[in-house]
Amino acid sequence: MDALLAEYLPILIFLGIAIGLSVVIVAASYIVARQRPDSEKVSSYECGFEAFDDARSRFDVRFYLVAILFIIFDLEVAFLFPWAVALGDIGVFGFWSMVIFLGILTVGFVYEWKKGALEWE
Amino acid sequence: MIIQALAFYLFAAVTVAAGVMVVSARNPVHSVLFLILAFFNSAGLFVLMGAEFLAMILVVVYVGAVAVLFLFVVMMLDINFVRMREGFLQYLPLGGMIGLILLVELVMVGGAWIVSPAAETAALHPAAPAGELHNTRALGGVIYTDYIYLFQAAGLILLVAMIGAIVLTLRQREGVRRQSISRQTSRTRAESVEIKQVPSRSGV
Repeated sequence: MDALLAEYLPILIFLGIAIGLSVVIVAASYIVARQRPDSEKVSSYECGFEAFDDARSRFDVRFYLVAILFIIFDLEVAFLFPWAVALGDIGVFGFWSMVIFLGILTVGFVYEWKKGALEWE
Repeated sequence: MIIQALAFYLFAAVTVAAGVMVVSARNPVHSVLFLILAFFNSAGLFVLMGAEFLAMILVVVYVGAVAVLFLFVVMMLDINFVRMREGFLQYLPLGGMIGLILLVELVMVGGAWIVSPAAETAALHPAAPAGELHNTRALGGVIYTDYIYLFQAAGLILLVAMIGAIVLTLRQREGVRRQSISRQTSRTRAESVEIKQVPSRSGV
């Protein structure tokens, strides 16, 4: 347990340095730079005129489809990691088990390819 | 050991703070970003517990994919969140009561839980001692062989999800001109250019 955590110590140190450095950068720019606040500086500015509308509007559902397909293939890849690590232990049976899994998902992949879900109009 | 305790309190405190901000942030996009922060800190907590594979999956799947989906949903909903929040405090007594009941139930279940002695010894002596077999490998050793039916069922569920998403959201629009590269490159000069001899003063 401790050996495992000791391997992660460099990441923790890295995290600490990253947080410290970003705090130093923000604080230094706050302290060193000349502060002259003005209400016009924070007002919205869009090519010289006031913003017409809220930025929030209906997006095409197509973005959502792409995100869902991405999640599904992401999960598929998540199954590949332990398989690749343990392939030496689980032998031929484990290998073909994964091949069947990938075959099932390839059916879905062919379906979405033929259906045109991957194409952007 | 003290570093471990410090890291635990840091991650736990940031997770709880980020969770509070998810609920209370005014801008829903900020809520999603705080949710991502909470995911990262939970991954840190998993690492502290020795579950590195879970930590990796949390970062890859939840931060990488689910948070993106949440962002899309938040952007796609054309809702004025400020107006939706107006009666927020009005529901506080009811919501607080439900939360309190849930808390009491959890405490009662946790207090009355009888842990069998076998489980305690199993927790003290895990099947794969840490350090010898890291847990990605330990998981890989059982998922694909001992639990093959569940594994294939997971594949089928992913297939159903894929087909369902396509059936529900894909619609073909009429009159859209697509680029077809094979048709573009297989065009020849003979079928695309025509030379007409136009006699003078007569027009085409």
